[in-house]
Amino acid sequence: MSLLQVQGLEARHGLLSAVRGVDLEIAEGEKLALVGANGAGKTTLLRTLAGIHPVAAGRIVFDGVDITEMSAHQRCAAGIALVPEGRRLFPVMTVEENLLVARSAGRGGAWQLETVYEAFPQLKEKSNALASHLSGGQQQATAIARALMTNPRVLLLDEVSLGLSPIAVQGVYDSLRTLLETHTTIVLVEQDLQRTLDVADRIVCLLEGEIVAEGAAAEMTREQVMGYYFGNRQPATPQATLA
Amino acid sequence: MIWANQLIQGVLLGGYYALLACGLSFMFGVMRIINLAHGSLAVVAAYGLFVLAQRWDVHPFVGLVAVVPAMALFGWILHRLVLDRSARAGELVPILSTFGLAIVLDNSLFEGFGANTRSLAPYIDTLAYDSWTLPGDIILGQLPLLTLAVAVALLAGLHLLLARTALGRRIRAAAQDPETAQLVGVNARTVYAASTAIAMMTVAIAGAFMAMRATFDPYTGPQQLIFAFEAVVIGGAGSLWGTLVGGIVLGVAQSLGAQIHPQGFLIAGHVVFLAILLARLYVSYGIRHFIRSLRRGPA
Repeated sequence: MSLLQVQGLEARHGLLSAVRGVDLEIAEGEKLALVGANGAGKTTLLRTLAGIHPVAAGRIVFDGVDITEMSAHQRCAAGIALVPEGRRLFPVMTVEENLLVARSAGRGGAWQLETVYEAFPQLKEKSNALASHLSGGQQQATAIARALMTNPRVLLLDEVSLGLSPIAVQGVYDSLRTLLETHTTIVLVEQDLQRTLDVADRIVCLLEGEIVAEGAAAEMTREQVMGYYFGNRQPATPQATLA
Repeated sequence: MIWANQLIQGVLLGGYYALLACGLSFMFGVMRIINLAHGSLAVVAAYGLFVLAQRWDVHPFVGLVAVVPAMALFGWILHRLVLDRSARAGELVPILSTFGLAIVLDNSLFEGFGANTRSLAPYIDTLAYDSWTLPGDIILGQLPLLTLAVAVALLAGLHLLLARTALGRRIRAAAQDPETAQLVGVNARTVYAASTAIAMMTVAIAGAFMAMRATFDPYTGPQQLIFAFEAVVIGGAGSLWGTLVGGIVLGVAQSLGAQIHPQGFLIAGHVVFLAILLARLYVSYGIRHFIRSLRRGPA
């Protein structure tokens, strides 16, 4: 049974339809990647799943419960966490305070301050530093750690490498490795296609708010994904299914 | 020594202004809402204490045990019914709605209690006028000193609440980025309602000291709001300890102004407020301009 089901989902920015009729099923423990060019609707889809962008039509079912009308904090309590684009840390709070906010407001579970510091050792050294004083890589690690402190069952990662140096990106992905080995369900939006293919079990390609293709990551090449990325609506291989 | 005495009276008066202003500053810092009903709400609390004292002979300090929670409940309801809805309609709407609330409160009090001035001073024995005289004829009033001590304790309490407790962290998170706070499980609406309740608790205490140190009537609120607003702006909007500094600066200005000229009490306070406001605007503009010119480099 799917952990997260999205049925006929639509989301708008004013009159512009950013997500159009998206149907998606995500199994527990699955690592799903959403790919597409800028403006394809990836971030809007993640924000809608997290509850901070309104649903215009359709429904979202999480673990058998319809959560379409739930607010973002209720979805967080249910087990959905988003690492937003641009990190969005609380700038005038320390690293530890950023983490503690999530602990006190989220669900209980295996991810506690100690386990998070084990997964992200660089954060322990900076625990008393203000979030605004961290480097980009450290801020991204804090944003991921903060989401983990809510003990999510589904983690939505939006552009974790955006604006980071290659070394910082490598550091973030090294830290993520522990997470990827767990049973946490992950929905990833990432511009770096090679990393996406390495990390994900399944790829979903979005174009102008619609799903144009999806398939197992192991069966898709970088070139095929690039084809969908740049607007090819035809399936490049028999393995990739035209949506 | 007259000036030294006036300076000390100004500091003590500043304690009262800080006490009055801390709820206003707290609400602005957390929700970016300027509560124009702040002074009127302090007067409502004062009338509550007055009724308890007059009808049932309840000492004002004991009366606070009932009035503080009642004001907290009022604050929670106020947020749910008025502030939350107005804030969703835009930044200016809460200003209009709290302005309207102030008019409703003032006139309701006038309907209920008439225009007579009241005071809680008769109900606190000699505390209203007891004082210590220090060498050099410097007078330390016991009530003003207590007011300053309560203001410092209240600001320290709010500081500790924000810095050390889970609720405080949620309040700060919601104040800094309400959308992201929701993403990590913080119910921003509940946090804001709790913040309004906390602010109203401080308003109740401020109302008690206002009524003990002077007389009040149904239309005292707007005047108190002006003093509180000036203290908040002088000290830096949203900064708790800045509010204490702002209150003291305002109190000292008024006290020294009164020494210079009998009419100087209010004028000096307003002049200092405007001077600091303008200085902030120009200094801030000057610094930004200077940084921009450094970035551009020499022409």
